[in-house]
Amino acid sequence: MSGFTSQDSATRISVGQAITPEELRSSGASADEATARYALMLGDDSLMLAQRLGAWISRAPELEEDIALGNIALDLLGHARFFLTYAGSAWGKTEDDLAYFRDEEEFRSVRLVEQDNGDFGKTIARQLIFSFYARELYSRLVDSADETLAAIADKALKEVDYHQDHAAQWVRRLGGGTEESHRRMQAGLEDVWAYVEELFVDVDPTTQLAEADIAVLPSSLREPVMQRLRTVIEEAGLTVPEVKGAYGADRTGRFSEHRGYILAEMQVLARQHPGATW
Amino acid sequence: MPDKTPEGTEEIPAGGVVATDPADRSAWPLWEVFVRSARGLSHVHAGSLHAPDASMALRNARDLYTRRNEGTSIWVVPAAEITASDPDSKGGFFESPQGKAYRHATYYTQSEGVPHL
Repeated sequence: MSGFTSQDSATRISVGQAITPEELRSSGASADEATARYALMLGDDSLMLAQRLGAWISRAPELEEDIALGNIALDLLGHARFFLTYAGSAWGKTEDDLAYFRDEEEFRSVRLVEQDNGDFGKTIARQLIFSFYARELYSRLVDSADETLAAIADKALKEVDYHQDHAAQWVRRLGGGTEESHRRMQAGLEDVWAYVEELFVDVDPTTQLAEADIAVLPSSLREPVMQRLRTVIEEAGLTVPEVKGAYGADRTGRFSEHRGYILAEMQVLARQHPGATW
Repeated sequence: MPDKTPEGTEEIPAGGVVATDPADRSAWPLWEVFVRSARGLSHVHAGSLHAPDASMALRNARDLYTRRNEGTSIWVVPAAEITASDPDSKGGFFESPQGKAYRHATYYTQSEGVPHL
């Protein structure tokens, strides 16, 4: 076995096998209007959070954590690429058309993922809620009657599994760490808690698609996700916030404070130099 | 590294060692990372990193050293727990076997009448 020696190394690398957005595009899978609008919601959530997390790069509290947050951001960007590619198939648009050339009121992200990074405690609070929600969502979307959505969910599930673990580990440590870390973790939860409820609102067209077993009904995620969030928060010695859900939980952006600023930064290059490549 | 329970928790996070003062980031201990690239092979030293405790060290190692499918298993070891040989005693430690051909099987001639050796 001549390859044995060269394989005996910790630096042997490979790309591995996994579905890519390019393969999805060339597969010719085409979404209908309602499914595309659903995929757009899921894709926009991931895209906005990826953009927010990306801002931590070079600013995280430790080099190791910088890479962890960067990895998570790229995973989320990957999910967004899949969902936007699939959504675009209904309208003859590419992922880039949808990411860079839609305006504020055309995005369908929840406000939770648009919240600013704040300190590390707030970012972890946002990560905790979103990753627990996403984990539950994808674990059910793998059974979708829509094969493409099921395949995307299958790919994403392994990744959000890790995001969830990363967030829960930090909540435990910050909650049980010093007085200051406990205070900041609790404050982070309080800051974002008003936007939890929006994740579970059955906006159009999820109800109709859920009846056809294509989408996961958001309200059906409330019970299991909240139960698991409460457990992690309480085990970390923290308190589940009692904050009312913010008004206007409809993903339209009409009540979103941050969306426009995120898009301004995210889209500026593509709009100033349309078609630019590098 | 003394075990220490952070205020407010009943037990040390899984993995054991906690930075002496969690607020002092420079106090995060150093960990050595070993990655096994495939089943049947040995764990090989890949590098080192800082982490507040063992289970976070494992996660950081996953992020830093298995980004390109390098591994099927990771070990992390507190760097302080490794006893290393002294580079200054290289001569006595590693150069003395030089020239001792009789320690190699090829030094010996094959006896006649012993097949399959």
